[in-house]
Formats: sequence, C-alpha cells, structure tokens
Amino acid sequence: MTPVLDHLAILPILLPLAVGAFMLLFDERRRLLKMSLSLVTVFALLAIAVTLVVLVGLPNGDRWSTMIVYPLGNWPPPFGIVLVVDRLAALMLLLTSVLGCATLLFAMARWHKAGPRFYTLFLLLLTGLNGAFLTGDLFNLFVFFEILLAASYGLVLHGSGTARVRAGLHYIPINLVASSLFLVGVAVIYGVTGTLNMADLSRIVPTLSPDSRTLMEAGAAVLGVAFLVKAGMWPLSFWLPTTYAAACAPIAAMFAIMTKVGIYVILRLFLLCFGDEAGASEEFGALWLYYGGMATILFGGIGVLASQSMQRLGGYSVLISSGTLLAAIGTGNSAVISGALYYLVTSTLAISAYFLLVELIERGQAAGADVLAVTLEIFGDPEEDVEDEDEEVGVAIPATIAVLGGAFLATTALLAGLPPLSGFIAKFAMLSALLNEAGDIPFAHWSFVALLMLSGLATLIAMTRNGIRTLWVPAETEIPRVRAIEAIPVGALLFLCAAMTFAGGPVMRYMEATAQILYWPSEYARDVLGDRPAGHITSDPRASGHGPAGGPP
Amino acid sequence: MEIVLAIGIGLFTASGVWLLLRPRTYQVIIGLALLSYAVNLFIFAMAGGGLRVDSPPILAPGGVGDPTAIADPIPQALVLTAIVIGFAMTALFLVVLLAARGRTGTDHVDGREPDR
Repeated sequence: MTPVLDHLAILPILLPLAVGAFMLLFDERRRLLKMSLSLVTVFALLAIAVTLVVLVGLPNGDRWSTMIVYPLGNWPPPFGIVLVVDRLAALMLLLTSVLGCATLLFAMARWHKAGPRFYTLFLLLLTGLNGAFLTGDLFNLFVFFEILLAASYGLVLHGSGTARVRAGLHYIPINLVASSLFLVGVAVIYGVTGTLNMADLSRIVPTLSPDSRTLMEAGAAVLGVAFLVKAGMWPLSFWLPTTYAAACAPIAAMFAIMTKVGIYVILRLFLLCFGDEAGASEEFGALWLYYGGMATILFGGIGVLASQSMQRLGGYSVLISSGTLLAAIGTGNSAVISGALYYLVTSTLAISAYFLLVELIERGQAAGADVLAVTLEIFGDPEEDVEDEDEEVGVAIPATIAVLGGAFLATTALLAGLPPLSGFIAKFAMLSALLNEAGDIPFAHWSFVALLMLSGLATLIAMTRNGIRTLWVPAETEIPRVRAIEAIPVGALLFLCAAMTFAGGPVMRYMEATAQILYWPSEYARDVLGDRPAGHITSDPRASGHGPAGGPP
Repeated sequence: MEIVLAIGIGLFTASGVWLLLRPRTYQVIIGLALLSYAVNLFIFAMAGGGLRVDSPPILAPGGVGDPTAIADPIPQALVLTAIVIGFAMTALFLVVLLAARGRTGTDHVDGREPDR
C-alpha cells in the first residue's frame, strides 16, 4: 500500500470535523454555501468508505484480508492511540456514509431551515460515528462517543417544539449517566490490565490471575451496561422510542445507526476480550446478551403492536433490530454472526428509509390524526356507514400515493423479514446457522427462533394496519406534496436493500469473512501491535512497561 | 488515605444517585455533577501502583529516574479529559433545562406536573 493511501484511515474523522468547524465561521443566512460544502463532504466520505472497503478486502501477503493500522502521531501502539480499519470498521463506515448522504439530501428539502447550525451538528455527528468505528483505544472511544452524543443532543432538539424538549430532558441525562458508567468501566479495566489499547487488552485478558480476572470482568460488565444503554437493550431502552419519535425525520433516520454503534462496540470488545482465545473468561456475559436480546425483541414486538403513531412504531422497530443483533452476538456462533451483520445493514437501511417515508406520508394529515384513527378502528366510526354508499365507483389513486405506497410496501417486507427482499435473507441466514449447530438444539435457540418469527409477524400486522389507514383512505385528505429530492433518498435506501438481495452471494461472503476475522483476536492483535511476542506481558502488567513505571520487559 | 478516598467516592455517588432520581430538573443536574466528581475521583483511585502522595509524574532530567517515585500519568490525563467533557455536557444540559422550563412552565423532569 502506498503511504498516501495509508492516510485514508484518518480522513473520515478529519474531513467532517474540519468542514463542520469551518462552517461555523459563516452566517446562518449563507445556506447555499453550507449546503454545498456539506454535500461535497458527505459524498467524499462515501467515496472514502468505498475505497476503504475495497482496500481491506484485498489479499495481503499470506492473508486474504488487509488491515490498515494508523498510529496517531506515529507513537507505536500500545503507547499511542491507533486507528484500525478492518473489515467490520470499513463496513460500518460505509453504512454511516450511505445514511449520511441519504438523510442530508432529505433534510435539504426543508428540515435544515428548522433550526440553527444544522449542518455543523450533522457533520460532527458523522465525525463521532466514524471515530467510534475507527478507534482502537478504549478512552479514545469514550471521546468519540461524547462527540457523537453532544451532536445528537443538539440534533434531537433541532426544530424545537415542546415534544422535542421533553424528549431531550430524558435522552440527555440517561446518556450522561451511561457516560459515567463508561468511565468507571474504563478506569477499572485500566487499573487491572494497565492498558487501554483494545488489541493489547485481548492479549492480556487470558494471562490474568483469578483475582484480577474477577475485577476485569466486573469492569467489563459496567462498561457493557453503558453500551447496552446506547444499544437499547431492555430494560435500559425506555428512552428510545420517545426520543426517536420526537426527533425530526432526517435526524431519526440518521439515529437508526446510533444504536448500532453500541452493538458494534459490544461485538468488537466481546469477541476481542472474551472470545474463543480468552481462556477462563471465554464467553463472559454471553448469556446476558442472549437473554437480554430476546427480552428486547419481546418488548419491541409488543411495543410495535401497541404504538399509535407511526414514528413510535419506527422506534420500537429499532428495538427489535437491536434485540435481534444482541441475541445473535450472544449465541457466540460465527455463522450466526455473519447473518447478523447482514441483518444489521439491511435493518439499518430499512428503518432509516421508514422514518423518512413516514414523514412524507403524514405530511398531508392533521396532527394527531393517527391517534384518532386507532381509536376509531377500535370503537367503530359512527359516520362510516353513511360514507360508503356512493364510494362504489373506482377512484384513481394519485401518483404520489402510489409511489409512497409502493415504498411503504417495500419497507414493510424489509422490516417484517418477508421474501423477496433482503430482510428475509438476513433472518434466514441467522436461523439456518442457528439450527445447523452440531448436537442437540437447546431450548433457548428455539425460543430465539420463535421470537424472531413472532416479532416479524407483529411488525407485519402493525405496518399493515398503519398502511391501510394512511394510504388506503379515500382521497379526501390532502395529497402530500413530495419533492424529488425527498423521494430520491428513500428510493436509494430501498434500492440498496434490493441490491443486497440480488448480490446476496458476494455480500454474504464479505460478512462471513468479517465474522471469521472477528474470531481471531490474536491475528487482530498481531496486526495492530506488530510481531512483538506476547511474552512482554508478565503476571503483573503494571510492572511490564505499560505504565510509566517502565520496568524491564 | 485509601479509606478517605473510598468514603468520599461513596458519598458523592450516593448523593448523586439520590438527586438524580428526584423529580426536579435542578436536582437532576446537581446529581449529575456529583456523580461526575465521584467518577473522576474513582479514575484516580485506579492509577497503576495505587494512590501516591508527593510523586508528580515528571521524569528526572537526563534519565528515567526511579519508577516507584512517580505517579501514573495516564489517569491524570483521563481525568482532565473527563472533567472537560463533563463540564461541557453539564452546561449543555443546563440550556435544555432552561428551555424546558420556558416551554412547559414547570421544572418537573417529565415536562408536566404529576396528577395528584
């Protein structure tokens, strides 16, 4: 690899940060300038992410995959902070930039005018997301989490309004408390192992003495709670549907990836520190993830059926998606995880498209109309009988409604996991891997299968009900005016899901390779730390040259 | 020394959590501040080699010096970062708190007074 290409690894962080800061210099009225700058930035990020995905897929020497390790300030790891681009990080970067392009285009139609400094906050959110995916250092991860959270606090409140402020009042404290837990977990892990570098951590964990092991596991559990709050595992998820429903459409669509940051970190740290090579700590916490994930699916499924507004339905679909992913990670089976990665991408794209679509569909309706509709459905509409008499003549469906309805149908199929779209392939991949495990299939696996099916059914019922009452009504309600710039992002996201169906083979192969690499923490550590033997780790890591004590190795 | 720090962290955490669960936004923000003090002290307690007095993390000129006589500098750097971030977040939350007070006319965390 050429030296110039090496610097690609830091661009996804540097570029949005620099452009976002630069835009603060201009007056709010220079919208066109800010708009074009941000647009160029997000498409540049997309191009960088595609390049990185191609680069990490290239074979390198004796290996069939490349890893880009970027030591910041050229301090050798584990002393300096490293950025690491492996297949998983590149995949998440690509997903982030795709969502970024789609939601920014959508927001340009009208939402960017709803409040000040939209573009700067949006680019800072991208900085934080990209940084969290790239970093190979625990404390650096905290910093990027805070950047993305700070930007998200501003974006939740974007557009103002009492509902958003109320949601922010819950969203901000719970994340601040989660950040405190994050710090406690990081501090305990540092105290026990003497390192913050994730690769170094994966080498040290198997060598810990039983006493320190307990402490390390306690630290990891506290850290895990912080990520599970972000990922929205039940019972840490009550803030999520309200916040997502209150945020304006493009922001809610971008937030679809925020829960996935929590999932990503859990996947990475769980497999690095407690994977197959972790000795006595192997699979620590796996059962918590498995059962917690299943409880989340159940909660999300009930929530989907109970939600009266379409935005809340979207919020609960996020929970179903998180729960499925957590449970899949908890199985600890690499084939299930490769299916789960495929599911992660499709469900994020689908939920994002759903949030954008709902805003378009509901534009023609009066506020609160959907709550009224649910009540009418249950108690019966007294005027219904009168209305139906002269409606027998066929009414032409307006073109806008036809397009929106088609898109709604596609999102329904994706979220419920129905064929022919990629939601089905994702669930099928996970289930077939789960049921193909050697030996007897335990009861827990069967419950996971049942929950996955039932959550799909619940989503299908809820989406159909919503679709009928919003799209299948007589043309009395005002037809929403939709601009092309708003329809294109939705179409593009759905098109990507369709493309993932047709290119299922190559995409699935990428995911399988990604999952397999995740199961070799020693390879990861070798790539990040170089060929230094693991022998520099003595029984007491504090005296091993990790701390400033600098004892002889 | 350890026992004093432990009691301090415990007191801060207990008061912080209690205030955090109170219904008024001002109590919540003070609770968050106390909690972040507790966390910052806790990070110090986790320094490699335990707590040290009178041992700044400065190397002797021209040499490495005695490693047992210097404190672990990493937790100090972490605490500094955590303080800055915590301070910024508290300020940001204060703004939201004021916005909520102005919009809903109440300082209850749910944005409305509970029905009595």
